[in-house]
Formats: sequence, structure tokens, C-alpha cells
Amino acid sequence: MLDGAIESVSVLKADHISKSFGAVPVLFSVSMDIRPGEVHALIGENGAGKSTLMKILSGFHAPTSGRILFDGVEVVLPPDGEAEKMGIVLIHQELNLAEQMTVEENIFLGRELTSRGILQRDVMREKVRGYLSDIGVDISPSARISELSIAEKQMVEVAKAISRNARVLIMDEPTAVLTEAETELFFRQVERLKSKGVAIVFVSHKLSEVKQIADRVTILRDGQWIGSQEAIALTPDAMAQMMVGRELSDLYPPMNEADVDAQRVLEVRNLCVKGIQDVSFDLRKGEILGFSGLIGSGRTAVFEAICGLAPIESGQILIDGVETRFDSVAASRDAGLAYLTKDRKAKGLLLNKQMRPNLTLFSLPKFTRRFGLDTGAEDKALERAIRRFDIRTRDPKIIVGDMSGGNQQKLLLAKVMESEPRIVIIDEPTRGIDVGTKQQIYHFIAALAAEGVSVVIISSEMPEIIGISHRVVVMREGQVMGVLSGDEINENEIVRYAAGLKRESRG
Amino acid sequence: MSDVAASNTTKDKRMRFDIKTAGPAIALILLCIIGFLLNPAFLSEGNLTNLLTRSAFIGIIAVGATFVITAGGIDLSVGSMAAAIAGVMIIIMNSAMETLGPGMATVLLGGGCSILLGLGAGWINGVLTTKGKIEAFIVTLGTMGIYRSLVTYFADGGTLSLDFAIRGTYRPVYYGSILGLPAPVWVFIAVSICGWFLMNRTAFGRYCTAIGSNESVAKYSAIKVDRIKTMTYVIQGLCVSLATIIYVPRLGSASASTGVMWELEAIAAVIIGGTVLKGGYGRIGGTILGALILTTIGNILNFTDLISNYLNGTMQGLIIIIAVWLQRGDWGKAKATKS
Repeated sequence: MLDGAIESVSVLKADHISKSFGAVPVLFSVSMDIRPGEVHALIGENGAGKSTLMKILSGFHAPTSGRILFDGVEVVLPPDGEAEKMGIVLIHQELNLAEQMTVEENIFLGRELTSRGILQRDVMREKVRGYLSDIGVDISPSARISELSIAEKQMVEVAKAISRNARVLIMDEPTAVLTEAETELFFRQVERLKSKGVAIVFVSHKLSEVKQIADRVTILRDGQWIGSQEAIALTPDAMAQMMVGRELSDLYPPMNEADVDAQRVLEVRNLCVKGIQDVSFDLRKGEILGFSGLIGSGRTAVFEAICGLAPIESGQILIDGVETRFDSVAASRDAGLAYLTKDRKAKGLLLNKQMRPNLTLFSLPKFTRRFGLDTGAEDKALERAIRRFDIRTRDPKIIVGDMSGGNQQKLLLAKVMESEPRIVIIDEPTRGIDVGTKQQIYHFIAALAAEGVSVVIISSEMPEIIGISHRVVVMREGQVMGVLSGDEINENEIVRYAAGLKRESRG
Repeated sequence: MSDVAASNTTKDKRMRFDIKTAGPAIALILLCIIGFLLNPAFLSEGNLTNLLTRSAFIGIIAVGATFVITAGGIDLSVGSMAAAIAGVMIIIMNSAMETLGPGMATVLLGGGCSILLGLGAGWINGVLTTKGKIEAFIVTLGTMGIYRSLVTYFADGGTLSLDFAIRGTYRPVYYGSILGLPAPVWVFIAVSICGWFLMNRTAFGRYCTAIGSNESVAKYSAIKVDRIKTMTYVIQGLCVSLATIIYVPRLGSASASTGVMWELEAIAAVIIGGTVLKGGYGRIGGTILGALILTTIGNILNFTDLISNYLNGTMQGLIIIIAVWLQRGDWGKAKATKS
């Protein structure tokens, strides 16, 4: 390859970029060039370094080594989103809009048009109307962001990027929260932008989408650059192979046969909660039950309601055959039920505290002796947890927010297991953690089940669900579409249920 | 983040923590030295017991405020609450005199009513914030106005005075001393010890910290958030009633000007002591030092002609701002933004 030739056509180029956080390297000499008017997909497993690369390309992180070339000229991108002024816009997955302000106000936020200090609202509104019609969406400039759907919010972000004359638009999993129809509309907008010469980088886990929309694909694995290829030459299967780079079977522990005659520890009958209609399923002792479905299909809501985190409208919950209704998380914990949240930073751990108070918080009554806390027992519990879950920190007094995602997830698991639950619900067990830790967590879950603990896994990662579940419940729009077991547990089948193409008849 | 880098940051954080923990103590010692240099009589036994006694009111209330603030709340109503409780106490004791006489029974009745009123008022603040889902600032701003106007109404715009016969019996609660220390100081010590134990050695204290640190995490960790938060206001109410019980015999009266600005002094003591205003980190020991610092400033100004005594509020205000500014250096994670 002739470097000079590529530099002349690429608008933005990462050249042998490495990045370490402290002593932990996350990117190893990764290169990627982005050309005007192309859609460039960035794919890789969670923890492969995609987010880090995107943040480096948009200036949010500085590379530890390597060069960034913008229009062929080596540059140091300004931090904190300042690169937007150069035309490099990153759209975060958790969109970055002021909810209580209008579309127009958001698009011009920070660079309002004024005349002698007075806002020129009419001019701004006209311009916003122009941007919105440019991408072919029908949203009123005066609509409040909080009134819009997620897809519409995303479109506002795109309009905002256009208003900034974006030359490079970097999007982190833009389609993850979109329905199929919304995705189609979104792709049409992408095509329009592309025809205007905007370079679009996007991360997606949906490989068929990548095949459909991308011109080129860059694959990362464990922080390494695996390759950049024309999308036309790749099949989704080939992409997956390059992403994973090893036999998937290594990742998952051998599965114990589920005992179909084991007693039912949890039975849910016709559960109705806000957004959830008529959900029924049961869980046996020692079983791993997967819950699959698209994001927003109501899986989390079902279990939050069961554990006393949200009110139940109607339906029955039976624990060991006895009807129960938990009015608090403490009550469900005392009955041996524990829910591990998917949102470890906002709902799982106290990030500004050390490990010890975090570990014992969920089961603190266990550590109370007469009036006071038994800090000695807490210390012993922490030692045990560090060993059992292989939490790797040099200093046990580390502030939890400074720990890696994988160690945080292990700590969260340890925290929930400290209550010695008989039924544990793990929501997105491996979100945002590296492959090695994933494997440890899968083995841990399998071991738990072998000990007779019943486990529910809610996951949006299909291979994970397929790899570790005995049975899989598929949900769609707040309803159970079907329960799969044995050979039925495969990607094809799950997708058909999740997409509403197939539905189990109720017997 | 790397283990190495992480343990390093923890290490220097811990060093900073030490400075931070010692900060209020150093400030207090400095103030005492300044006081002594300006007037050696500052360290006389008489002045020191006076200083401690004066600190007791704010100190006791501030111990309660430490719980409220640690759990992420705020209580602005404590000063008015103290005034209203004092007023009702006096009315009850005066009217009980006819049946019970001016003896201990009447004083005990007054004290008992004070505690019930304090618990009740705290509970109302707590329930309105948790079950009513109204911000603590608004709720306690409202009750602050209500209690203040109630005491004015009870006193008919003037002063409620305790019957002189009862004053004789009640007097020792403020003026008496045990083992050389005035009674209010003993109450302050007792409240401080209980508060410290509750905050640092019980599940309740841990729950307060967790709620103030991140309420969602607390909720998902099987903590009954509403109940714990309400409890902090009830504890605050109890502390206010204890402070009122030892305050009433001092002047033997209550009026619209009783307890004015106490809420600010209590909150200031808490913040000077190193508790974080937005919650999640509470220090009872610091609060006690904070209360002592505030009283010492007033005391030094009383003792010297250097600065007018009328500027007491100015000095307190400056100290609060400086204290928080110093804490900022410790808490703000200088550029260490997480990925």
C-alpha cells in the first residue's frame, strides 16, 4: 500500500494508534482511514477497543502513541468535543441532548445566532427546518426533546451534526435502540449524508446491517487491528469469524444437562406490569434460563417487578409453589431472590466508595452484631470475595470507580452473591467487559447452577444466551413470544421470535 | 484503569484525606492560639466552659443535620422548630403548674412534650420529602415558615415567659454542672458519642452514606430508602428537641427571635466539619469541631476590640466559604476524568 496515496484521499486517518489506561493497554497499534463519502463500519466484540478508538478519532481521548492525520496533515485533536469545530462529530450512544429544551434550541446550543445580544429565533428555526428536511425527517423545530422517541432524538443528533458542517460523523451503535422500520429510515438518511461527501463511521453489533450499509469494514479484536476490508467481499459469517478469531466454544463452559424433573423454584403466572402483558414462565432448581429479546422488550421490567422494585398490576408469583408478592427488595432478598442490575455504574455500585462497603451493602443485616456492624466479618467477606471471584486489584482500599469494568462486574456479582440467593437474576452479565473476564463469569454462572442455584440471564448478546442457557424465553414488546429449549436454541430461531415473525401458541 | 495507577491515586487520596480530616482540628487550634494571643483570658476556665456551653445548642442540632445531609437531604426548619418547640413547652409547663405544681413533674412533662414534638416535626419533614416526593429544600423551607409564624402567634407577637416558680426547678439543666462540666456540655457529649456510633458503626449509618452517595444503588441494594431518609429527619427533630430542652432554662422564654439563623449555623458546622453537602460522606467528629469553630469565632470577637462584634456573621460567613473552598481541592478529581 502506498501511504501517500491513501493519505491524499482519506479525510481522517488513525496511524498506528496505541492507547493505555494506566498500565492496561486497550489498543495496540491500530490503523484506520476514513474516506469522504463512505460508510465505514467498526466492528468487534465488547472490549475490543471500538469505543476507545472512536473517542480517540474524535478527540475525547488522546492516543498514547501514534498519529492522527486530518486531511493528510498530522494533528492533535482538541479534547472535550472541541473537534466538532473541525467537522469531526461523535454521536454518543447515550444521546447528548438537553431533554427539557426544544429541537431548535438543542441544535444551536452553544452557538446561538444573535443580533446585538438578542436571539434570532426565526432565523434559527428556519435553518433547523432546513437541516431536518435535508435528512428527510418530519420533526417540528419547536418540539421538546423529552417528547420525542429515541429514533427521533437520534435524528436530531444527526441534524445537529449536519448543522455543524460535519465532515466525519462517528456514531456509537446508532441502531441498537431502533426498530426495524426506524433503522430503514435511518439508513436512508445515512445514504443522503454519504452522497454529500460526509464520511460516516459507525459501530454496530448487527452484522447483517453492516453488510447492508457499509462500504468498508474495520475489525478489531482485543485491541488489535485485524483488518480493513471492502464490505462487499465479506459475509456476516466471515466478519464474525474475524471478530472472534477463535472457536466460540472455548468461551462457554460445558453445559450440565438440565434436570427436567427438578422442582420449580419460581413460577410466574400472567404477570402484568407497566409495559408488560401477561408474562408466564417457570424456573427450575439448578437451571439457567436465558431471557432474550430486543432492547426495550420488557425483560428487565419483569424481574424488577418480581423483586419488589416496581409495582405489579396483576398476576401470580410462586416461590417453591407458595404464592408471594414482594413489596421491597429486602423482602425478596430475604426470600433468597437477588437481582443484579445491568446498570452497574448508576444502580449497582457506589463508585466513590471502597470495595468493602460495596460488597456488604446488599446483605448488611448479615454483618450486624447486636447494635453495631461487624467490620471484622466484613473484611473476611471481602478477602473471600476477592479470592472467589478473582477480583484483581493491588490495593483492597481502591475506590471502586477507579477499577476496571471487569473487576467492577465481579465485585457486583460478589455483592449480590453475598446474600446467598437461591435464585439469582443477572441482567446483562458481561456488558462492557473484556473477553477473559467474560469467560470467567460464564464459568462462574455454570458452577452456580451446578450447585443448585437457579439462574436467570437477561442478555442482548445472542451468543451468550445460546452459549450458557438451558432454556431461552424470548420476549417482544412486553410479551413472551416463546420458550425454546434444546436444538431450538439457535440464533435463527431466537431472531424469528424476537422480531415477531413467529409466536408460540399458548397451550 | 490500571491497578498500579489506581493504587497510586488511592494512596495520595488517602494522604489528602488525612489533611482533610485534620483540617477542622487544625483550624480550631489556630483559632485558640489567636484567641489566646489577643487576650490570655480566652483560655481561662470560665471562658472555656462558657464556650463549650454555647456550642452545645448548635452542636447537638448539627449532629442531627449531619445525618440528614449525609443521606442527601437538607433541613432548613431546625431554628424555627426549636423556637416553636420552646414556645409550646413553655405553654404546657405554665398550664401544668396548676395541677402538678412547680416541681420536677412539670419540667419532665415539658421535656417529654419537647421530645414528642421534635420527633413528630422531624417525621413530618421526612414523610413529606419521601412519600410526598417534594424536595427537602422546599419542604423544610415551608415548615420553617410555619413553625416561625406559630411561635409568633403563640406569643401574640411578644414573648412567652416561663413561670418563675418553674424556672427555679428547671434552672440546673442549663446552669448546673456535673464534675465541673456544665450540664449542656454533658448532653452535647452524649449526643456526639451516640451520633458517632450510629454513623460509623451501624448499618443505619452505612445506609445513610449509601443513599447520599447514590440513591438508585441504595434502592437496588435492598435498602428501604424512604424509611432511612425519614429516620434522618426524625433524628434531626430529636436533636432539635434536646437542644431546646437545655436552651429554655437559659432565658426562660421564647419569642419570634428564638433560634433565628440556627439552621444556617448548624449546616455551616456540618460543612466546615468536612461532610459533603450533596451527601454520601458524613463526619460526626468534624461536625462537632465545626460547631466549636463557629462558637469560638464569636467568642474571640466578643473578647477583643479588633473587629466589631456585629461582624460576627461576616466572620462566620467567610469561614464557611473558605472551608468549602479548601475542601474543593480535595474532592475535585483534578483532570482525572474517567473513560
